[in-house]
Amino acid sequence: MVGAACAWYAGRAGLDVILVDRGPVAGGTTGAGEGNLLVSDKEPGPELDLALLSGRLWGELAREFGDAVEYEPKGGVVVASSPDGLVALERFAEGQRAAGVAAEPVAGDRLHDLEPHLAPGLPGAVHYPQDAQVMPALAAAHLLRASAARLLTGHTVTDVLRAPDGTVRGVRTDRGDIHAPAVINAAGTWGGELAALAGVRLPVLPRRGFVLVTEPLPRRVRHKVYAADYVADVASDSAALQTSPVVEGTAAGPILIGASRERVGFDRTFSLPAVRALAAGATRLFPFLERVRAMRSYLGFRPYLPDHLPAVGPDPRVPGLYHACGHEGAGIGLATGTGHLIAQALTAKTPDLDLAPFRPDRFAEEAA
Amino acid sequence: MRSPLELVGAQPGPAFTVTLDGREIEALPGQTVAAALWAAGVTSWRGTRGQGRPRGVFCGIGVCFDCLVTVNDRPNQRACLVPLHPGDAIRTQEGTGHDD
Amino acid sequence: MTERAHLAVIGAGPAGLAASVAAAAGGVRVTLLDAAPEAGGQFYRQPAAELRARRPQALHHQWRTWERLREGLRTHVQSGSVRHLTEHHVWCVERNDDGFTVHALLGPEQEEPAEVRADAVLLATGGYEKVLPFPGWTLPGVVTAGGAQAMLKGALAVSGRTAVVAGTGPLLLPVATGLAAAGVDVSALVESASPKSFVRRSRALAAQPGKVAEGAGYAARLLRHRVRLLAGHTIVEAHGTERLEAVTAAALDGAGRVRPGSERRIPCDTLAVGHGMLPHTDLAETLGCGLDGLAVHVDDEQRTDVPGVWAAGETTGIGGAALSLAEGHIAGRSAAARLTGTEPGPGTWAAADRVRTRLRTFFAALDSVYAPPAHWTEQITDDTVVCRCEEVTGGAVREAVAELGAGDPRTVKLLTRAGMGWCQGRMCGPAVAGLAGCGLTPSRRPFARPVPLGVLARAGELDHQ
Repeated sequence: MVGAACAWYAGRAGLDVILVDRGPVAGGTTGAGEGNLLVSDKEPGPELDLALLSGRLWGELAREFGDAVEYEPKGGVVVASSPDGLVALERFAEGQRAAGVAAEPVAGDRLHDLEPHLAPGLPGAVHYPQDAQVMPALAAAHLLRASAARLLTGHTVTDVLRAPDGTVRGVRTDRGDIHAPAVINAAGTWGGELAALAGVRLPVLPRRGFVLVTEPLPRRVRHKVYAADYVADVASDSAALQTSPVVEGTAAGPILIGASRERVGFDRTFSLPAVRALAAGATRLFPFLERVRAMRSYLGFRPYLPDHLPAVGPDPRVPGLYHACGHEGAGIGLATGTGHLIAQALTAKTPDLDLAPFRPDRFAEEAA
Repeated sequence: MRSPLELVGAQPGPAFTVTLDGREIEALPGQTVAAALWAAGVTSWRGTRGQGRPRGVFCGIGVCFDCLVTVNDRPNQRACLVPLHPGDAIRTQEGTGHDD
Repeated sequence: MTERAHLAVIGAGPAGLAASVAAAAGGVRVTLLDAAPEAGGQFYRQPAAELRARRPQALHHQWRTWERLREGLRTHVQSGSVRHLTEHHVWCVERNDDGFTVHALLGPEQEEPAEVRADAVLLATGGYEKVLPFPGWTLPGVVTAGGAQAMLKGALAVSGRTAVVAGTGPLLLPVATGLAAAGVDVSALVESASPKSFVRRSRALAAQPGKVAEGAGYAARLLRHRVRLLAGHTIVEAHGTERLEAVTAAALDGAGRVRPGSERRIPCDTLAVGHGMLPHTDLAETLGCGLDGLAVHVDDEQRTDVPGVWAAGETTGIGGAALSLAEGHIAGRSAAARLTGTEPGPGTWAAADRVRTRLRTFFAALDSVYAPPAHWTEQITDDTVVCRCEEVTGGAVREAVAELGAGDPRTVKLLTRAGMGWCQGRMCGPAVAGLAGCGLTPSRRPFARPVPLGVLARAGELDHQ
């Protein structure tokens, strides 16, 4: 998705773009994600700024592609599970509001106006109208098609070509060389490997997540609904399995249930304990789901960097190399802003956001 | 015409009544929903979610989920698997099978 | 005294039954789990007991073998060495630190859970039918060949009076003769394989005298029931609005394309159609068992590459009931020996081994005879529904391939929803792969059947026996 967005915005800035992927379109984490466009789970800071920019850009894209990519500006509802949790959640929301997020407290007795099927007795929530959703594989495919970029799927990059002075000249693939004055690393969870081909370190690591998909249902879950613990899990550095329920309906009918996080490398083994915890969390939030059937489950690997911020922008260590990866679980949402900022960097424009927090070389000293 | 029941010398107990959308039809002990509906000349009992097209039995062994039907208010049952009991209420199904 | 080792066998068809009997005879405790109310699987599917059929053998072949199997099961159930759990729909087998947990749903409703703990598992999950789409294949009255047979054998039910049986494969003959014997007017058997290809493979086929006799028996029965055999033909369209009224059959040329002008319309209210079988491998894949193509990989002892997991029958490759029996026997013997701490000797299953070798060769030869028309995808028009569950058309799949960059079934699925519905791509998988221009590859299905979230949330918490 991030690669597709880079192709789209770079193309609109007048650049010729060739998109290279070793797999098919949306074959990596994009095809395994839920398509979250969220501001609600982000604390004030550079990631939230990127999310707000991205959300505006998604809104613009939606005018062109909305139905085709199943764009739904449905809003998010973050539910507290205890009175203490509600206090903390409301404090968190207050900070977000100061940073430009629309965040409306919802009292416990008004929750069912927003989500009629929520469990009774919950203390309260915060409603985030800016949260939205797309179908990520469709979004990537349609953006790519409209971008006029040349698409080379099934091409594995085996090297980053560099001039004697170290400047990037293109990439070598298993099916031939491609010459270009700029190379964008949008390899997601595998972004660290691509950086290594260019001789630089970028510590992108996989964080596995499972998603449960139910049978098709009429619209019973209207927003993206999740428990407040989710925010803590996202920011956590633990390697152990963490799950916090994230429940949402889709345009196609099934309900999607996330979100689990574990650091187990690229292990694709099905984990019953992980999906069991997802089911338990979801049925606690929405008791009607008890009898609803899960039809399938899939897994993906979020690309995360140690400080949970993506790498976006030029790499000062290798002239001509740009990074656009490491967005963890927010890559679909942050793709538009990332693509836009990369296009600005490529065309030597002043970026809309300060790229310093996203500097790809920010981990260098830590390695030394 | 020779029937499968005759072919194997079946001697089921007396037929009983079930309903399909309120209309009474006969069923034999041991018959599945699909078998009783076929015997009553009914071959479709579900409208698809998208186009509302008629569907009934396809794979006959519970794999394809085409024969979904509502039995005693329980939606999305596979007609080819579920046996009938006297008084069962079968309802044809539209959309997701769940009421809005 | 330590308890006897416990083997869970999943599937009570020929392979699972032979395995259960062999394992129990070898001294292990067996729990046999099966989805049906009666043992038998698809091949020996029995009429519901309440239908009280006095001559169920009228719909069956190799009935003596079935009687032996049934008797073997009964003996071991009575002695307590086999526990037969009927109407247990297994949705997942989980590997634990000290063995396995088999997770099942009970009864036709499949809402309540059951769990079985075992030291080892033997997967005999069988197969299901492959059907390639053509215009009209979603009309009520169009059923799979195996479906027509299952409804006939199990429910003693037929969907109409006039049938056409079509597609390709050895299943079509018994389906046609079975329907005819049950009083259905079978107007034609439309087989895409040409008579010539049978002749070309005659040597491998002739090595099976029993099978040739079986084929001759079917031919005689087709003749007796006046079933017209159209070899080298295919169904190009099923007609009707609310239900099936007729089909159009056409001859195939040497290249496997429809011969223009050869179309003929055959009125019928039932079309039983199938293009071969596919192995059920969901449980094996979730356990991490390796596959050979679409089938579970096993060694000479029918062991998968996951310790403690055996597999036998169609799940390890399509080969019919007799091969399933031989494989089940070997698997059961092997499991019993290994679980009681002995190395199975070379002669432990010599006879079954010979049968296995011979039948695997035979079915490999059959595979090259029975093939769908080479250009079957050309029959899928742009408005033909390919994914029956999500109603994705041939045109939508082609658009995803040609314009959105999808070159494989998974990407087609992501971009069109083909294969995301109730059946999880079991029905449309081969067609989607064909339209994407690649072969069918196994797709991962962690849940072998849909499971209520409430059951999933508590999986592993039940008391075990």
